[in-house]
Amino acid sequence: MSLIEASGLCKTYQAGDIAVKAINEVSFNIDVGSFVSFVGPSGSGKSTLLNMIGCLDSPSCGQLLVAGTDVSSLNQKQAAIFRGENIGFVFQDFNLIPVLTVYENVEYPLIMVQNWAAAKRRKQVMELLDAVGMKDQANKLPSQLSGGQKQRVAIARALVTNAKLVLADEPTANLDSMTAHRVIDLMKSMREKFDTTFIFSTHDPKIMAEAEVTYTLVDGSIENKEELAS
Amino acid sequence: MMNILKIAAKNLMRYQRRTILTTLLITIGIVAVLLFISLSGSFRALMVGQITDSMLGHVQIHKKGYVASIESLPLTLNMKPAMVEKVTDYLSERDDIEAWTMRVKFGAMFSNFKETTSIRFNSIVPEMEIATSPLLPGRLIQGDRKAAFVEPGKIVIPELIAKGLKVKVGDSIVIVATNREGSVNGNTFMIRGVLEGISGPGGRDGYMHIDDARNLLRMEDNEISEVAIRLKSSKNLSKIHKEMSAYFGQFNNKAGNPAFDVHTWEKLSPFSNIAKMIDMLDVFIKVMLVAIVLISIMNVMLMAVYERINEIGTIAAIGTIPSRILSLFVTEGLLLGILGAFIGSVISFMIVYVMNVKTISFSFGRQENLVLQPTLAINEVLIISGVVILVSVLASLQPAWKASRMDPIEALRHF
Repeated sequence: MSLIEASGLCKTYQAGDIAVKAINEVSFNIDVGSFVSFVGPSGSGKSTLLNMIGCLDSPSCGQLLVAGTDVSSLNQKQAAIFRGENIGFVFQDFNLIPVLTVYENVEYPLIMVQNWAAAKRRKQVMELLDAVGMKDQANKLPSQLSGGQKQRVAIARALVTNAKLVLADEPTANLDSMTAHRVIDLMKSMREKFDTTFIFSTHDPKIMAEAEVTYTLVDGSIENKEELAS
Repeated sequence: MMNILKIAAKNLMRYQRRTILTTLLITIGIVAVLLFISLSGSFRALMVGQITDSMLGHVQIHKKGYVASIESLPLTLNMKPAMVEKVTDYLSERDDIEAWTMRVKFGAMFSNFKETTSIRFNSIVPEMEIATSPLLPGRLIQGDRKAAFVEPGKIVIPELIAKGLKVKVGDSIVIVATNREGSVNGNTFMIRGVLEGISGPGGRDGYMHIDDARNLLRMEDNEISEVAIRLKSSKNLSKIHKEMSAYFGQFNNKAGNPAFDVHTWEKLSPFSNIAKMIDMLDVFIKVMLVAIVLISIMNVMLMAVYERINEIGTIAAIGTIPSRILSLFVTEGLLLGILGAFIGSVISFMIVYVMNVKTISFSFGRQENLVLQPTLAINEVLIISGVVILVSVLASLQPAWKASRMDPIEALRHF
């Protein structure tokens, strides 16, 4: 069953008088619960594609269905609501809120986005922190954590709203090799535990090998789709 | 809402120095405004009280045209008994009037048998006058304050004349006056009291019993120059003045022109211009406060938005709707306003308390040792705090709007 269906998707930016095609009529389907990577060199369109899937940007043409919703026509508020209900994000720079503790960072989407009751929030946050191995660091501030720990917190934050899809743009770019593998392993185990679809972008060959399905993007087009034999 | 408040408070604590400085600025602004209002208000109330409670009353009724010629105290513009009766009948029926008094005012010559000077007299019925101007006996600097203010044959003179002509309580003097027909008459009086100096035309006013004035001026009718009225509450001044003006406006003289003039003390005292200036200064300093709050909050919130662009991108990306982002930043401005208003109000109350414990006295014109008793009305504090908080919210709106409308992708790219 497809979680994402993209057909003839394109994105064109206007740079002065010149129209630049960042994504050039790509089509793909991503199944529920899959572990997918988009790889390619800088400027190949990985981030643009993830932004469109994440409803942060809208396509210039084509159709994009995420969880059965045509996301290409959502306005700013509708897109925010859709993201809050369906999509979690993991960023290259972790993007934790520095004044909030680990617990509060993970709790943040449940307050600001989904408005959960306090008791339900606490249970969910502690469950996620336990799942990513950060339960005993709950009261620390992001500044007191290592890069790997920060990314674990970011993964917990992405999953705390029971997101169907987690998008991770270069999640391991700021981590050393060992930590990067641990983060990818954690993402995989979270996929197993919560049946969440993970899509990440990377240009690290060792990390891209961890994905079950890898799309290689070159100049905005999918050049290759590689599936890991199970 | 509590969670947004909590997060907003944490964000403010993130930039402690900036938050403290902004709060300090608002606090100083609030303290300055409240103290100014308190001091100017008590000065105004004191001076207005002196004027209304020792001289003018709140409202005065005259024959039409009398006030326009009041400098020469024209006896020809006195109210005749029929007019006086209309006034007294009307006043007797009103229950919002504390007291009223009738005066015959005239100019005369004052002689100590060696020198002569001009003097103005208010001739009064002492009981009615004291009921209407309760602070009048308190202005006596010589003579018994508890005795009848004036009695037939005994007068009260102003300090200015007592000093100028070197006379004192118990001295005999002569008052010479010209009546409305132009005949001159003089009588001997004893000085029974000396009134402290006062700024303005009232500085040359003496007092004598109304029977003495009628005798001196050879008045056959019970004419009256003015009726001064003391209200139960000066807050109703404008309403009562309006009603009285409407009532007396219906009476015309033989020529078909209005017969009466009704004036509030504000129209009769030059201090009303100072009072208006104080009111204008109050408004000016309030506008300054609004400007201080507006600029400081807007500045600090713009800085906050600029420094947290990446964070705004993150919270927008994870699904925070624009109105929530807006409310988060507005709440930060709101908290700054509340904090500044609260601290400012508390400090103001403390300073006003100290000022009341340590007596503040001052001189105004010829009046010395006037004691200020500054007060802060709760409703005034609440209104000013409310305005500050409202302005804080308004000042946060633009930066908050900017934050809420930010493109998450652009914001996430910002470092």
